[in-house]
Amino acid sequence: MAEGHSADNMTLTLKVWRQKNRNTEGRFVTYTLGGVSPDMSFLEMVDILNTQLIERNEEPIAFDHDCREGICGSCAMYINGRPHGPKQVTACQLHMRSFNDGDTITIEPWRAAAFPIIKDLSVDRSAFDRIVAAGGYISINTGNAQDANSTPVPKEAADEAFMAAACIGCGACVAACKNASAMLFVSAKISQLALLPQGQAERRIRAEKMVAQMDEEGFGACSNTGACSAECPKGISMTNIARMNREYYGAKLKSTNV
Amino acid sequence: MATSPKLDAKVPDGALETKWTKYRSTVPLVNPANKRNLEILVVGTGLAGASAASTLAELGYKVKAFCYQDSPRRAHSIAAQGGINAAKNYQNDGDSVYRLFYDTIKGGDYRAREGNVYRLAEVSGSIIDQCVAQGVPFAREYGGLLSNRSFGGTQVQRTFYAAGQTGQQLLLGAYSSLQRQISLGNVQMYTRHEMQDVVVVDGKCRGLIVRNLVTGELERHFGHAVLLCSGGYGNIFYLSTNALGSNVTAAWKAHKKGAFFSNPCYTQIHPTCIPVSGDHQSKLTLMSESLRNDGRIWVPKKQGDDRNANDIAEAERDYYLERRYPAFGNLVPRDIASRAAKERCDAGYGVGKSKMAVYLDYADAILRYGKGEANKNGLHNPSEAQIHDLGIAVVKEKYGNLFDMYQQITGENPYDVPMRIYPAVHYTMGGLWVDYNLMTNVPGLYALGEANFSDHGANRLGASALMQGLADGYFVIPYTIGSYLAGEIRNKALPTDHEAFVQAEKTARERIEKLIAIQGTQTVGSFHKRLGKIMWDKCGMARNAEGLNEAIQEIRALRDEFWTDVRVTGDADELNIELEKAGRVADFLELGELMCIDALNREESCGGHFREEHQTEEGEALRDDENFAYVAAWEHQGEKGWNLHKEELVFENIKIAQRSYK
Ligand SMILES: Cc1cc2nc3c(=O)[nH]c(=O)nc-3n(C[C@H](O)[C@H](O)[C@H](O)COP(=O)(O)OP(=O)(O)OC[C@H]3O[C@@H](n4cnc5c(N)ncnc54)[C@H](O)[C@@H]3O)c2cc1C
Ligand code: FES
Repeated sequence: MAEGHSADNMTLTLKVWRQKNRNTEGRFVTYTLGGVSPDMSFLEMVDILNTQLIERNEEPIAFDHDCREGICGSCAMYINGRPHGPKQVTACQLHMRSFNDGDTITIEPWRAAAFPIIKDLSVDRSAFDRIVAAGGYISINTGNAQDANSTPVPKEAADEAFMAAACIGCGACVAACKNASAMLFVSAKISQLALLPQGQAERRIRAEKMVAQMDEEGFGACSNTGACSAECPKGISMTNIARMNREYYGAKLKSTNV
Repeated sequence: MATSPKLDAKVPDGALETKWTKYRSTVPLVNPANKRNLEILVVGTGLAGASAASTLAELGYKVKAFCYQDSPRRAHSIAAQGGINAAKNYQNDGDSVYRLFYDTIKGGDYRAREGNVYRLAEVSGSIIDQCVAQGVPFAREYGGLLSNRSFGGTQVQRTFYAAGQTGQQLLLGAYSSLQRQISLGNVQMYTRHEMQDVVVVDGKCRGLIVRNLVTGELERHFGHAVLLCSGGYGNIFYLSTNALGSNVTAAWKAHKKGAFFSNPCYTQIHPTCIPVSGDHQSKLTLMSESLRNDGRIWVPKKQGDDRNANDIAEAERDYYLERRYPAFGNLVPRDIASRAAKERCDAGYGVGKSKMAVYLDYADAILRYGKGEANKNGLHNPSEAQIHDLGIAVVKEKYGNLFDMYQQITGENPYDVPMRIYPAVHYTMGGLWVDYNLMTNVPGLYALGEANFSDHGANRLGASALMQGLADGYFVIPYTIGSYLAGEIRNKALPTDHEAFVQAEKTARERIEKLIAIQGTQTVGSFHKRLGKIMWDKCGMARNAEGLNEAIQEIRALRDEFWTDVRVTGDADELNIELEKAGRVADFLELGELMCIDALNREESCGGHFREEHQTEEGEALRDDENFAYVAAWEHQGEKGWNLHKEELVFENIKIAQRSYK
């Protein structure tokens, strides 16, 4: 079999992190899995392993997943030392044709103090929800809106806001960062809303509150290595972090709100 | 045919255009002080649930919301690609509330309620206003105004979109409103919680039993009203475009507690999905319908033609939709496009390894856009390569993420070779029966979004589900719930040690224990797969009496086998993914039977329900308005099966006609 080509029927060695719950210690368990087709997605490969485990009366590997098309942000696996594995796509969109027969693949959960492990590969990412709750919105009650076309938004601004808003909240940025910083996630939301005319009224307070909550959750500091953006399955750009820093320091200069 | 006395749709009297306005100004109100004492439970935080929960909280009600994912932002609504309709007429192309209403009724093959659909069209514009105000980054033109595209089954451009990620952007908008209400303390959010049962006391819905999926603990929650916003049940087919966790459990448990289930057989099979590649497959991926705007669908004219697509000359291709339906061409409604693909493949013209696929070709679009760009840029004698590159750039901007997804999954480059597509289960028009207030026949129990049956008749038009979910949550339920809760202000919260709660929790616990105790030999997934195959073969794109009767027998046998031989590993008091799946599959095994019974009962073809016995000579669906212009509402009767109630559909404003897209 030539290198770089996956056989139609691969056999893999899988080293998987198993941990019963938050309070017990975890460890790697090694499994051998045959019959893997290059057309399978990574999660379908894990499905097959799980079926075999159940047939052997062992507990299947717990992992989060739902849409399986790269948009819900549920799936979160650290594959061979990289969040979501070797391609810039989510684990559910990663296909086994990216691997070779005989490969050893290490699968771990996201590692970050702010994302405690629930079981096996499943972690608690509710810190992200709390950061959004702190200010990641425009305060508008239903029914108050004016006609949608009454405020034109330059196409460039709308497109850029969209690109920031494309974040799926999976947490790969945190997992990729040696400091487990959440700057890319937080900055994407702050950018999106700062770029739009609708987001102006709360621009400063939003940046302050979201950053304060981020710190409170125990995410690390940003040292600008760019690993987050490089590993982001949605290609969220580092310019968001620069923009967020501007927003935040701009806000701090003028206020003592938070 | 007379409507069953058990089904009062409560559509207000008066002219169609005035019903909702009049209703809103006469519906009983609840004063703010009382709202603070009224508790509302919302199951599901997709578009319908998140918009309802946040809006009701803004109004002052005490809200608790539940979802099975780890965050409300991950509800299946996030996956919607193509867009959301609204009758804004920003394109000045003749759109109006009436036209959206008309298209939706016609698209639904005249099996939806006029009053509800008109209201949907009326509030559609406000949805776009609300979303833009929340910061939803819809696509825009260079002048800064909102951009629109067209979708199947319509001849105007009324679809708003955010690249191929419209559902994501709308849900994140609703989610941000929800998070705001959570931070204000007006909504209590329970993630990783799954509803197990509804609690009914003296005929009224009074609360829920939910399972904390992390600890396994069963919890009791009281509510003056309960809203089920739990999505659709397409996953009964095992392979579908739905998220893997999508389920019928919430709706089904309500059904077994008395809520009628309507039109379960109306299933939408979407024409443009990536074909099945093998037995390992866990889900099917949709290629947005917006691709039919520019793509052309074809198969070879010769049966069993094994040549590569690019080697088949123009004259040897059959653009069968353009041939059969010249007026709408590739933009016919979904049910028609899907059946036409199946017809070609069944007749031996299918392509690809499995021969169960047709081509969706962008070569013409690339050429057309390329020439347009060359003109715009003043290139007078562009080379073919230049035109090609310019065209590709345009297609990339419009559909890039979809093309990338196709390449990721199939390993083929869709810019060079036509995509292969085949229909897949996508959406379920059936659901819990609701009246004009979105209340089921169980007082205090509501159903919103895909979980109800109300607005799409027998076939949903593209970009209408997002519209309906948000209409229900932002603009309908906040008014209609008042008509019930105004009568509840004297009723204090029921203590959850009430006998009804104790009993419901006990039933839920016993079922979980039973599932774990079976310790059989077969996995939950294997049962789900087998059920899916029965449904797809016998209650899928085409159905007949013989197949449906067989399916009913097979499903019953499979259900018995499940309850004696399923293997659920692990325990009840922990995160247990097999147990979660088992509970959902057990409910699908009951629903499947009802879907077949409903399909058997409906001796006509309409929308997504195609009975082979009822077709025209050209193979088009043949409706029977004389005998079947009704909503089927099924009452669960325990071991005895189901009892059918009919709600007659009266068309006062639209002339019911043979649906034609020719
Ligand atoms: C791939 C795809 C693309 C689509 N594209 C479009 C499009 O372009 N335009 C369009 O109009 N429509 C589209 N649709 C349809 C549309 O997305 C859905 O119909 C709609 O989003 C459903 O919204 P919902 O709020 O009713 O339910 P969902 O978004 O499915 O949400 C269901 C909620 O209920 C919760 N839930 C379910 N069961 C339980 C339980 N037992 N206990 C607790 N919580 C529970 C879930 O956690 C979730 O929060 C698409 C659908 C698919 C599959
Ligand atoms: S499962 Fe939804 S992004 Fe992977």
